[in-house]
Amino acid sequence: MCLAVPGRLISIEGDDPLTRQGRVDFGGVVKSVNLAYVPDAQEDDYVLVHVGFAITVVDPREAERVFEYLETLEQEMDESTTGGPAAR
Amino acid sequence: MKYRDEYRTPDAARAYADAIARITTRPWTLMEVCGGQTHAIVRFGIDQLLPESVSLIHGPGCPVCVTPIAYIDKALAIASLPGAILCTFGDMLRVPGTNSDLSAARARGADVRVVYSPLEALTVARENPGHEVVFFAVGFETTAPANAMAVYQAEREGLGNFSVLVSQVLVPPAVRSLLERPGNRIDGFLAAGHVCAITGYEEYELIARRHRVPIVVTGFEPLDILEGVYRCVRQLEHGESSVENQYSRAVSRPGNRMAQQVMEAVFQVVPRQWRGMGHIPESGLGLAPAYRSLDAETRFGAVRDENEHQGECLSGSVLRGETRPDQCPAFGTRCTPEHSLGVTMVSEEGACAAYFRYRRQAGGSTRE
Ligand code: SF4
Repeated sequence: MCLAVPGRLISIEGDDPLTRQGRVDFGGVVKSVNLAYVPDAQEDDYVLVHVGFAITVVDPREAERVFEYLETLEQEMDESTTGGPAAR
Repeated sequence: MKYRDEYRTPDAARAYADAIARITTRPWTLMEVCGGQTHAIVRFGIDQLLPESVSLIHGPGCPVCVTPIAYIDKALAIASLPGAILCTFGDMLRVPGTNSDLSAARARGADVRVVYSPLEALTVARENPGHEVVFFAVGFETTAPANAMAVYQAEREGLGNFSVLVSQVLVPPAVRSLLERPGNRIDGFLAAGHVCAITGYEEYELIARRHRVPIVVTGFEPLDILEGVYRCVRQLEHGESSVENQYSRAVSRPGNRMAQQVMEAVFQVVPRQWRGMGHIPESGLGLAPAYRSLDAETRFGAVRDENEHQGECLSGSVLRGETRPDQCPAFGTRCTPEHSLGVTMVSEEGACAAYFRYRRQAGGSTRE
């Protein structure tokens, strides 16, 4: 039930901060989403949507971190198995 | 889909699994709290990628599953009132009450409507001024701001025919309660990313310190979960117990302040009964005094805590992570999604349903 799905914010309508709505594209399916909880969200941002509300804006920089972290781990592994600096 | 598919690549998953195997020297048991994570783990076989000594156990993270039977009975009673319209998330339809469920009530003629968002329940109320419209507000902290917004807007509009039956629960008190159970096997937690997107994770820092358990705020895709496991195991191997944020693309330490403000205005913390976990102090949300006129319990009578009789179903123990679904003697035989004996099989996000959907052919074993 806590499923939240990432989608791209394609347009924003309304000025009232509580009822501001956005159209969000989920891989081709477009839905109307309440933006009250993401006041800083802008067009082209990716938002995570749960029960009709955007709950957070996806940080594109942080989104890469999982892969970078893995690369560091793999490097460490290589170094230790090939007798590199980490193996002492 | 962007921000989903790239976190499912098998090569990267295997690389993470190798990294975990490399640093693991002792057996560790980690609990993931959220039912969405449980499903991803079973669906993608993440538990089978891990070294034998790292076990994942599934926690109480399905709000549908932990809603006490007394609330289902209340919703059924309201739905049977003449002129009443009960709006609910689809997940609640087949959850058994004492004698029936909402889907059966609807088949018998009750006006039970499935909504995707709590704001749709407001629309139903606006369009049906002669009817009492009650929204069954179930959920963890992820859903609480959405439910709170429906209440807030109804009050602002003076929508007199709208009310909410609130069964909101909070994750940190449940985590604490599990850790305080004598003999619990939990060495570390993967905290639910979407809950933390709302609440942040300061409260988890207190738990990690007090109970000396590592807690890693974790996302829902396979690579997220594997990284969460890696970070948790690394802490355990080093004797550390702090909070790390794996899901930083969606979660910040303070969380979503705006959502917290609306939640805090509309709700207040109350004691709650959990199915399978019993009574937990300060573990739920009820309407704050200023919104009590919108409380379905004010209009239609209070829900009473009752002792629950589970019969042969072990779902209470499944929800506490003590029994794996496929260890239940009824699993897949007397208990299936079509003819279920318990809520963890009925709910889409229940652990029994996940095992039934993805593990039945595998002969019921969780290990290769
Ligand atoms: S398999 Fe069915 S009977 Fe067994 S614990 Fe799960 S829901 Fe209950």
